[in-house]
Amino acid sequence: MSKNKQLSVSAIQNGTVIDHIPAQNLFKVINILNLDKINNQITFGSNLESHKLGHKAIIKIADKFFRDDEINRIALVAPHAKLNIIKDYEVVEKKTVNVPDDFTGIVKCVNPKCVTNHEKVTQKFYVVDKASVSLKCHYCEKITDEEHMEFL
Amino acid sequence: MKNKSLVSINDLTKDEILKVLDLAEEFAENPNQHILDGKVVATLFYEPSTRTRLSFESAVNRLGGRVIGFSEASSTSVSKGESLKDTILTVANYSDLIVMRHPIEGSARYASEVSGVPIINAGDGANQHPTQTLLDLFSIRKTQGKLDDLNIFLVGDLKYGRTVHSLLMAMSHFNASFTFVAPKELQMPNEYKMFLKEKGLKFTEQTDLNENLDKADIIYMTRVQRERFSDPMEYEKVKNVYVLRNHMLEKTKPSMRVLHPLPRVNEIHTDVDPNPQAYYFTQALNGVYTRMAIMALILGLK
Repeated sequence: MSKNKQLSVSAIQNGTVIDHIPAQNLFKVINILNLDKINNQITFGSNLESHKLGHKAIIKIADKFFRDDEINRIALVAPHAKLNIIKDYEVVEKKTVNVPDDFTGIVKCVNPKCVTNHEKVTQKFYVVDKASVSLKCHYCEKITDEEHMEFL
Repeated sequence: MKNKSLVSINDLTKDEILKVLDLAEEFAENPNQHILDGKVVATLFYEPSTRTRLSFESAVNRLGGRVIGFSEASSTSVSKGESLKDTILTVANYSDLIVMRHPIEGSARYASEVSGVPIINAGDGANQHPTQTLLDLFSIRKTQGKLDDLNIFLVGDLKYGRTVHSLLMAMSHFNASFTFVAPKELQMPNEYKMFLKEKGLKFTEQTDLNENLDKADIIYMTRVQRERFSDPMEYEKVKNVYVLRNHMLEKTKPSMRVLHPLPRVNEIHTDVDPNPQAYYFTQALNGVYTRMAIMALILGLK
């Protein structure tokens, strides 16, 4: 980023910047990564202009570095997110997110008769289509597609 | 299969399916073998299903085992609000094997994850009913002498019918071709057609039950239920169209057999019953042998 350009969200010394989040999904990302439950300093901006997304959001988390399997959980809501790992105000590493093969939690099964909607069972899905993100429930074997995805 | 639960037909390999059918054949020839002596099988039926429950219980009895259980949830602690997990954990203490029918989809998979003893899924809502599929396969092999290269007609409610979906998946191991006969509202879902295309298996679709029956090796009938139709007019239009009558079978192959998971309402006219091609009641008997085989394999007794 050029030094003349004014930052919409102030810089952090050490930590992780998650960029290119679709603005409407900012709070879903915060939820999925449990950012509302940690004590780190967090700054975020939403409805920032983006050539790619129209309106994007950005989150900067001080002193927090994510494991790949943690960060891949946001692939459902922010498939084009870019991560910058910051050490001493410098970007030391860039990462993208990958849609995982399977995951637990995050999404509600679309099938009202599914056991996960009746008993205290953690949702578990297999990703059957990574491009359009459609999910097959491990329990009732029904497909939840992007259009019907409801986040927990 | 020893000590493994049977939740979905898709969990079984082709070899495992054949192993079940071979053992079922053995039990058909010699049904009274007391290999379950000293074993207790729990049958938990959260919704009524006469045929499935009685055939399981008959199978256990013929093998010399004991049965505990219930045939409806209202007389149990479930009505006091007990969770499925707690019921399963408790009953697993009392039995060597649990057979469960439950209206909630995925309940059998979940039960198999919490239970200390194997679970046999005897139907979880509209999802899976693998022992039905295995007895269908047994009946097909028994009547055709083989499972490979057969032409299977699936008739009736192909959209919601779990038995036809599971049968299709299982027969895909055996180079089957399919003819789907259904009203427009109840046609085979796309995901299954895509699956067949990927596997390179042939299928055709028709709305008229009278066409092409001479090409069938198996006619698998299912019930068209009124409650599946959003428009009652549509139901009235098709309700008598998917009824099999004896005269329709005149040009069929002599080896062709008519199957039905039962209960039948009116979709097979009773004038078909005396026809030697009607196989649905023997099919129900085969359910006992098939379930004997499944339980014997899971308990590691064969």
